[in-house]
Amino acid sequence: MKHLLSIDDVSKDEALAILNLATEMREVNTREVRKLPALNGKVVANLFFEDSTRTRISFEIAAKRLSADVVNFTAKGSSVSKGESLKDTVLTLEAMGVDAFVVRHHHSGAPQKIAASNWSKATIINGGDGTHEHPTQALLDALTMRVRLKGASDSGDLAGVRVLIVGDILHSRVARSNALLLRKLGAIVAFAGPSTLLPRTATTLVDEVYFNLDEALENSFDVVMMLRVQSERMNSSFVPNSVEYTALFGLTDERFENLGGKALIMHPGPMNRGLEIASKVADSDSSAISEQVSNGVAVRMAVLYRLLAQESK
Amino acid sequence: MTARTVLDAQDIDRAIVRISHEIVEANHGTDNLLILGIPTRGVYLANRIAQAIAKNNPGFELEHSLGRLDVTMFRDDLKSQPNRAISPTQIPVSDITDRTVVLVDDVLFSGRTIRAALDALVTHGRPKAVRLAVLVDRGHRELPIRADYVGKNLPTSVTERISVKLTETDEEQSVVITQ
Repeated sequence: MKHLLSIDDVSKDEALAILNLATEMREVNTREVRKLPALNGKVVANLFFEDSTRTRISFEIAAKRLSADVVNFTAKGSSVSKGESLKDTVLTLEAMGVDAFVVRHHHSGAPQKIAASNWSKATIINGGDGTHEHPTQALLDALTMRVRLKGASDSGDLAGVRVLIVGDILHSRVARSNALLLRKLGAIVAFAGPSTLLPRTATTLVDEVYFNLDEALENSFDVVMMLRVQSERMNSSFVPNSVEYTALFGLTDERFENLGGKALIMHPGPMNRGLEIASKVADSDSSAISEQVSNGVAVRMAVLYRLLAQESK
Repeated sequence: MTARTVLDAQDIDRAIVRISHEIVEANHGTDNLLILGIPTRGVYLANRIAQAIAKNNPGFELEHSLGRLDVTMFRDDLKSQPNRAISPTQIPVSDITDRTVVLVDDVLFSGRTIRAALDALVTHGRPKAVRLAVLVDRGHRELPIRADYVGKNLPTSVTERISVKLTETDEEQSVVITQ
């Protein structure tokens, strides 16, 4: 594997290899010196055309733990604001010698575009593109589920695990990547959300689709993943107002109590506390939200190692 | 292709018992000993050496004195080798500062694995001393590294292959040289 652009390119064996490597990387974070020399001398460029806290910092820490050098590029404050194109931005960084680009872009397909072009010989890792995919998020979510449901040293798949993904499915690259990966690993995946925020392809993408959250929650899910309400991609034609959204599709204290602590609660962040998820729920023992963030570093270390450690042929 | 058995099952068992005695003798007892095996076969040898020490020294607690150290990420040949599987590292104590660490591997050849192991060990702390025990030393060192405890010294040519078979992973137990 040269690039990581979409979960579609990742076989089940490859996904399990990444998760199992990430399991060993979790252990590195407990050592006195939390650093491995494997990518010494490599340069990883974070190419971020869209805002991010978690993904960018997580990739940066992951690359640094593997001894790679990291350069951070953000569109704001760069020559992009002077009108420099994606192509010229990549060519410029390539000319300075970069081994891998982690690309986040508001346009779906931007990382694929760079990988398919002859602008750069570097490895391209998709760090979230438009409403398309966010493959490393899906991998860290799968690892978090496996650790919480099957134990930290488990090395198997997620066969039979029932996962409900709730909210703005239409605009969510997280939902799409998760659906593809989790089903590849044998999980049963369902979507729940307002009909205006479910894609027409929902029934082919997942096993079950619900237009009513309360009805969905009656079907004993092992994992309930709440998605962020993306105000930047939303207008009033999707949802009348936020109060109604919370009433119908928010994971409120009441809905959480009805679950009886049986489901693992996840959220890819950033959270709108009080909108899609109640504050008490996010901070409860059932919540794996901060574990998702720490597993993100381990998974990204595993991905960087598998793509960059070996000299490309 | 000619195959020659240089150590049989009983030779290996005897070498392990002897090495375990030598470790305790050099350490003046079992205090602060930490035996770490290097995957794959070094882990089994470390396990057997630790068991042999425990048999003769009742104060030696296996659960605080036996672990494993994966060195894959510290190798200097990562670029040319296909993606190697990484196996777990288990250091049974939180602080190795006062410990005398005995690294255990099956065959000592170029010395590069041990170089990687020394670097890997440093990420866990600063041990009091590091020793090396190997079942076979076949020569041809590429680095200034030597073993403190050796099961058998085997002068070989570079083209020969040494295969160590142990009951934990293989059907039989032997050390064989093939040309």
